[in-house]
Amino acid sequence: MNRALRLLRRRAIGSIIVLLIVVVLTFLLLEAAAGDAVDAYLLSIGGGDAAIARSLRAAYGLDRSMPARLWLHLSSLARLDLGWSVAFDRPVRDLILERLPNTLLLMGSATALSFAAGSALGILAGAKPGSGRDRLLSTLSLILYAIPGFWLGLVLSIVFAVQLRWLPTSGIETIASGRTGLSRAADIAAHLVLPVGTLALVYMALFLRVMRAAMAEVWRLDFVLFARSKGLSRARIVLRHVARNALLPLVTMLGLQSAAMLGGSVVIESIFAIPGFGRLAQEAVSGRDTALLTGIIVTSAVLVILVNLAVDIVYAALDPRVGASERGA
Amino acid sequence: MRTVRTLLRTPEGAIGLGLLAVLALVALLAPVLSPGDPLRIAGRALIAPFTDPAFPLGTDRLGRDVLAGIVHGARTSLAVGLAAALAALAIGLCVGLAAGFAGGIVDEALMRVTDAFQIVPSFLLALAFVSVVGASAPVVVLAIALGAWADPARLTRAQVLSVRERDYVAAARVIGMHPAEIAVREILPNVLPPVLALSAIIVAAAILTEAALSFLGLGDPNIVTWGSMIAEGRNVLRSAPFLSIFPGLALVATVVGVYLLSEGLGKALADGREA
Amino acid sequence: MTALCEIRQLRVTYRGQPAPALDGIDLDIRAGERLAIIGESGSGKSTFARALADLLPGGASVAGELRWAAGHAPRAGRDIGFVFQDPAASLNPVLTIGEQVAEGARRHLGLSRKEGRLRALEMLERVRLPDPEKTLDAFPHQLSGGQRQRVAIAAALAAKPGLLIADEPTSALDMVVQAEIVALLGDLVRDGGMTLVFITHDIALASGFADRVAIFRDGTLVEAGPTGRVLAAPRAAYTAALIASHRDLATPPLIGEAGR
Repeated sequence: MNRALRLLRRRAIGSIIVLLIVVVLTFLLLEAAAGDAVDAYLLSIGGGDAAIARSLRAAYGLDRSMPARLWLHLSSLARLDLGWSVAFDRPVRDLILERLPNTLLLMGSATALSFAAGSALGILAGAKPGSGRDRLLSTLSLILYAIPGFWLGLVLSIVFAVQLRWLPTSGIETIASGRTGLSRAADIAAHLVLPVGTLALVYMALFLRVMRAAMAEVWRLDFVLFARSKGLSRARIVLRHVARNALLPLVTMLGLQSAAMLGGSVVIESIFAIPGFGRLAQEAVSGRDTALLTGIIVTSAVLVILVNLAVDIVYAALDPRVGASERGA
Repeated sequence: MRTVRTLLRTPEGAIGLGLLAVLALVALLAPVLSPGDPLRIAGRALIAPFTDPAFPLGTDRLGRDVLAGIVHGARTSLAVGLAAALAALAIGLCVGLAAGFAGGIVDEALMRVTDAFQIVPSFLLALAFVSVVGASAPVVVLAIALGAWADPARLTRAQVLSVRERDYVAAARVIGMHPAEIAVREILPNVLPPVLALSAIIVAAAILTEAALSFLGLGDPNIVTWGSMIAEGRNVLRSAPFLSIFPGLALVATVVGVYLLSEGLGKALADGREA
Repeated sequence: MTALCEIRQLRVTYRGQPAPALDGIDLDIRAGERLAIIGESGSGKSTFARALADLLPGGASVAGELRWAAGHAPRAGRDIGFVFQDPAASLNPVLTIGEQVAEGARRHLGLSRKEGRLRALEMLERVRLPDPEKTLDAFPHQLSGGQRQRVAIAAALAAKPGLLIADEPTSALDMVVQAEIVALLGDLVRDGGMTLVFITHDIALASGFADRVAIFRDGTLVEAGPTGRVLAAPRAAYTAALIASHRDLATPPLIGEAGR
């Protein structure tokens, strides 16, 4: 527990600095956008004269210098005020909070599924490196990882939703069905099968490859030979000695991939019309809503930081060498 | 040259190189293989594939030739993929070298910036960049590169830090070599190999990201890309799924080729080092 | 003394190597003895140890005969225990000491988790580790090299094998610790009535406790015999050279002490 807390404290400070950099850089990027929020707003309401534009700018502080606006931006963020979405005419924070749970559900399930399946298959492949089974799984995972997620989603959609009609094609639940409780949960689950399946397949391929490579590395280490010399069962050697150590780089990979998975949710949610955080990003782009876009980027950064922190804690729990003070020769 | 021969002896290297060679040829010879503007209306709408010899892969909703799209799309994918990867590597190398050499507060600052670019999902970053600056091929390249330079930067810096302390660098300093000369002649050749190994993955990711951006309508609207073809095909998914399937297969083949080549390269380089 | 194992014309070639690592080895291992295999690097002594324990890498070709008194090849862990040179690498870094010492015993003696833990505690006490209770739940990185080697010995012996093969178990340790480990091995083997095959490059070290020595060179057996006889009257020039090269102030008087 002590180790975890020390780790957390060190990381928290670093993370805040990085987050600050993200915010500043995003602000600078969106500064480059031709026109500001007021222009976009006026565009959306069908035009307005210069006087209205001026008064709006004054009201929102948009007529001040850039450093002043940056400060304004930072101080609102500190108050957890993410600004106003011009495209939706609602506070950005509300929009994000509303859409985030769907994406978390989608990503969480996909991560859990891909991690479990990927490590299991990776262990199978890595149990006998170079065997026929290993090579088959390697080749399959290579091809799977090369498939663009959005295309896979479309193909699966064609097969399962259009041709076979087993699953719904879009949305997160049947609209206005009035279902509650378990029935509603089942409905949502049915809608999530394809999007979660798509994401899970692609990332399963990655985890499979990492686990397999890690196992091949661990097999060569001396303590595995020592375990064999003790006459332990093959299952125990594979699981408790090899896989248990190969798990470590896999967990690291999980942290590294969390940002990519969040990015991947954008297209998947777009294809399956899931009203989630990723789709919101696309809508922000098409609506030229810079405030919303900023809010989304900052929120993503926070999410990734949190996931990485959690992954680090899990890693520390799995590897007793992390954060321990050196004792002995 | 010996590396190339070793590469070809591995099954991965041979197949990968083969696939990519075919693709490169197709991309280079696109105007020859399929003359004219691929976005022009060439025939009837929605001709099925393998039915009309004039349009081997059929036509889309507007009557555009699918094969022409695939052939010309190869140019975009390869060009954007390579350019973005090159840009990412260039930026990453510069930042990594600077951080590794300077040390101290410069190193710290650069690393925090690198962290920032690693934490924001690269696709979101690319999305935001393209939407702010406008969708055109160079912008797409830069957008992808912005999301991809952080890993090469990290790796380069790690390599510089490890090589910097080695004996042959100290020896060079003792005989009075100018620091810049040391950097280029002693350190760079040893920093490059692992970073180059990373480049294949970056190329593959760049190709996929470009496709995803085009799919969402954020690619260059004036050129044909596989991603935009897939997006087009989505409109007639139920009646003519082939419109989305062919460009997707092309993407898979390309990325598989890149991965296989990189695995083959890895094996060839490892063998070379052990020899 | 009966032969625990008769080795006849043993020949081992690693995959991809043109020359054999071991060629035409004829040797007997007698039950209950302490046999030292002495040789320099590349002499094939480690290969010999692993061939005996069936721990050669896949693809290594083995020719010749290993005739075991028991009639069948010894089972890893149950009949034969192995201690490696590098204690840091022998132990799994993510599992506790207790688990790693107990697992062999649990598999071969059918012990439950609690019984296994007790057996591990017993073994840790026998290898004279300080604070064995706490060590059970410690991890390898928390121990020193010498302590880790004791743990490795405890783990190798937990299932009560009759034969212990130690492949340069002290080469990675400091001098003082070396002596302790060798003494420990000697005691354990004697108390348990086990046979010990001790691989080393250090003839002085071996002379201190081995009953018989076998000198290896370039994959062949140069000579073998009782320690006293070999050291006092080496039959091969190579053996004489080995002995001569170890004469210095720190070396205990070989000829005088041998013969015990």
